[in-house]
Amino acid sequence: MAKVPVQFTLNGSEKAEFIESGTTLLHALRDKIGDTSPKGGCHQGTCGACSVIIDGELRLSCLTLAETCDGADIRTTAGLAEGGVLHPLQRAFLDAFATQCGFCTPGMIMAAKALLDRTPNPSREEVVEALSGNICRCTGYEPIIQAVLTAARADSQNAA
Amino acid sequence: MAIRRGRGVAAINYPTGMNLGGDPTQALVHSTPTGNFMVTLSSVDLGQGMKQIMAQICAETIGVPTDRVIIDTADTDTGPHCMGTFASRGTHRAGNAVIQAAKEARQVMLEVAAEELEVNASDLETDGQGNILVKGAPQKSISIFDVALSAHFKRGRSISGRGMFLIPRSYPEKETGAMKPSTCYAHACTVAEVEVDDETGEVTVLSVKNVFEIGRALNPKMVEQQLVGGSWMGISHALYETTEPYYPNRDHGGTDFNQYLMPGPGDLAETEIIVLERPSADGPFGAKGPGEMCANPQIPAVANAVFDAVGVRIDTLPITPERILRALKAQAAG
Amino acid sequence: MELRKDYFADVRKDGLHEIGQPRPRLDSPGHVTGKTAYFADRILPGMLHLKMVRSPHHHARIRSIDTSEAEKHPGVVKVLTAKDVPHNVYTILILIQIGPEDETVLADGKVRWKGEAVAAVLAETERAAQEAAAKVKVDYEVLPAVFDMEEALKPGAPLVNEYHGQNYYLYDSGECRKVRFGDVDAGFAEADHILEQTYQSSPIEHAPTETTGCVVAPEGNDRFTCYTNTQAMFFTLDNASIILQMPGSKLHFVGGTVGGGFGGKVDVIVEPIAILAAKLTGRPVSFIYSREEEMQISSPRAAEKVVIKDGVMKDGRIVARKVTGYTDAGAYSRHSPYGAQKGAAHYPGPYTIPNVWIDTYCVYTNRTPSSAMRGFGVTIGDFALEVQMDKLARLIGMDPLEFRFINAYRDGDMKAHRQPTEGAALIECMQEASRAANWPVADKYMAMSSYRKGA
Ligand code: FES
Ligand code: FES
Repeated sequence: MAKVPVQFTLNGSEKAEFIESGTTLLHALRDKIGDTSPKGGCHQGTCGACSVIIDGELRLSCLTLAETCDGADIRTTAGLAEGGVLHPLQRAFLDAFATQCGFCTPGMIMAAKALLDRTPNPSREEVVEALSGNICRCTGYEPIIQAVLTAARADSQNAA
Repeated sequence: MAIRRGRGVAAINYPTGMNLGGDPTQALVHSTPTGNFMVTLSSVDLGQGMKQIMAQICAETIGVPTDRVIIDTADTDTGPHCMGTFASRGTHRAGNAVIQAAKEARQVMLEVAAEELEVNASDLETDGQGNILVKGAPQKSISIFDVALSAHFKRGRSISGRGMFLIPRSYPEKETGAMKPSTCYAHACTVAEVEVDDETGEVTVLSVKNVFEIGRALNPKMVEQQLVGGSWMGISHALYETTEPYYPNRDHGGTDFNQYLMPGPGDLAETEIIVLERPSADGPFGAKGPGEMCANPQIPAVANAVFDAVGVRIDTLPITPERILRALKAQAAG
Repeated sequence: MELRKDYFADVRKDGLHEIGQPRPRLDSPGHVTGKTAYFADRILPGMLHLKMVRSPHHHARIRSIDTSEAEKHPGVVKVLTAKDVPHNVYTILILIQIGPEDETVLADGKVRWKGEAVAAVLAETERAAQEAAAKVKVDYEVLPAVFDMEEALKPGAPLVNEYHGQNYYLYDSGECRKVRFGDVDAGFAEADHILEQTYQSSPIEHAPTETTGCVVAPEGNDRFTCYTNTQAMFFTLDNASIILQMPGSKLHFVGGTVGGGFGGKVDVIVEPIAILAAKLTGRPVSFIYSREEEMQISSPRAAEKVVIKDGVMKDGRIVARKVTGYTDAGAYSRHSPYGAQKGAAHYPGPYTIPNVWIDTYCVYTNRTPSSAMRGFGVTIGDFALEVQMDKLARLIGMDPLEFRFINAYRDGDMKAHRQPTEGAALIECMQEASRAANWPVADKYMAMSSYRKGA
């Protein structure tokens, strides 16, 4: 099978890999590059566990071909904490007890980050809308919604 | 054609642990040289927080803060036997095993402290902060850090303990069914309020008020997590979930999360959780297993509320719009 | 959430240091940073991928299996069939002496449900394994199938599983687990009203966000490490040891945090075949269910049918209850015979009824084997019982909540399975629900207690 070169930035650092054509970004990140924070919950685009941010847009890495990401800026939950300090969203998920098994958590956090990056002060409806592509089987969603709203408030207070 | 409101109630109980018992769990506890405590198990954390709860149980029993306890679990090369995490048994069975192991370790710890302080072990108590004090004379004390060092380097003692919990297996009597299925039961009562659109058959669960009696809330925030998530799953079972929508026909089974329906973050009922604690006689600090029962009462409560709203009984799960419309049609015809 | 400490305060010692404290979870920082290691995060060099060839028929004889084309497919390393499995016919509860062995790891001569595993393909990539699986040629002779429990129990129905010999599980008590308490016929004779109703459910999926699977690594010293999301480590290890006829000392199981279980990861399906594959190839092997497999292949919560007949007095007392429960096990037992008898132990629910008759059946049909799920043996029963309670209350013109107070069990009451009630708290839950939901009941019910004087 022909291999193609692909180069992108992952959480600020340069990555270059030869991958089989047709490899999903999810596989490339997990199996080749070793960032296992995006999770494969369905590989069909229906659970959101594999969510990452590509050039500022929320994307499902299981439906994205790695070769289409040449030159892209890719962000995952693994790169969110800076200098060992948790991002306000991560902090809020902890404080709100918004994780149980945690399998949906990295995807949820990415979906929430994409929202807060464009809408720093979202309404509850906007949070719900932003999370609606992500499945959680443990929490009943409410703690996750609360965590995102809390993180948004904490962020706007810091900015003020 | 109208939106109709109704409410329904359901009350349930639920056994803790594997039906009929005979399901062992064992635990080992030992101290590190500086007085941290290692709990070794083979129990599995499914996300409900088994590791955290075992740490709190061990900490309470030994008399140290929870962050001094490390949990090593789910490794068959190191951990003693656990039957598994199912049947609401994790906290109850493993918790009891950890208590027994921690008690034995605590006894050695107190004996070493007694030698250091030149008093009787029975005159000592822990302050929960990591110190051992002489009862009635708290100025006479020693830290658990120093006790562990002494045990390891000076006195050659192993501050450790073995724990096991097993409810003997009960065998049902063939003709009468006399048996002992469980030693303790959790309880719940749920009131659900729904709106039913009698034109589309669609049900909206407006609110569920859940009262759960769980023996003891070992960590109230974690109890809340499990109960909120369980209540959501109960509603989901009531209205949406099945792998075979036309059972017993095998066709049309969902194969992804678009076809297998569950309420999303935009479909949540207002959820109230109230917890009562009647400690069970044999639970760790009285705890029972709430993990399964918390998803049960919403199902009949919603079914009863649907009847209250539109006057038709849906006795087959899930309570889909199609079933409601068919029943309404039959009612109108009949 | 509200903790109502005023209830049962007399029997509880509060004020503990660590217990009852809302301590942060020690595993959450790993979850929010994506660092928690789930089994599938063990990505091992040289790992092979396992894909199953599955039966397209509900019930069929296998005339032959031809793996030659699949073996030639680029990237394929090995194809396993029944003859490769040392102890191919097994049942998981054999560990607690609940037989007979009735299921095959890989189908041998017959398939009994659509989706049953027939052959395992091992390849360098998932894609190659998938493509090669489509090239395994199985010659089937389709047999009549039965999907409905009632049909399955009729004489002359197609036999689902020869290891049982009939389409129901044979308990030591006979065709069903029984509970007999009091005189149910006398109870019905004295009752003011009798109500018999039937309740049903369809199979339900656990749907954990992480699908079932494992990764197995040969350690080079004749031992195998199996990273798995099983809910039961030794239960799975010991069953694997039986199936593989391999001493347990050769097996090392490592779990960790599981991405949700809900009872769906107790069946010992993926581990034995993956360990066998690692042994026969000398390579690490990954076997992870696709979402489609998780939805349609992994055991669901059983469909159930529950028939309840009650005798009730005008004053609200239930004087007789007869329950007949049917659990649809699908083609194999797994945990279903246990679930059906858990139902027998659970009925008649948290109520004190003097005359009770219970029969619970575990029925075989040609469908995906069902197994344990959150609320195993009880969830659907509670749906049936509590809808029935609502109907009874309305039948005698009583408030449904008050009706439950009249029948609620209290300390010392004898249950149908002949255990005295201990630690009851149903009444207090209902009292609190009455307040919280603003659903008033008569003062005499609010004054009740689960305690009995002297009990
Ligand atoms: S793995 Fe990508 S959406 Fe589920
Ligand atoms: S926490 Fe388990 S799926 Fe969300």
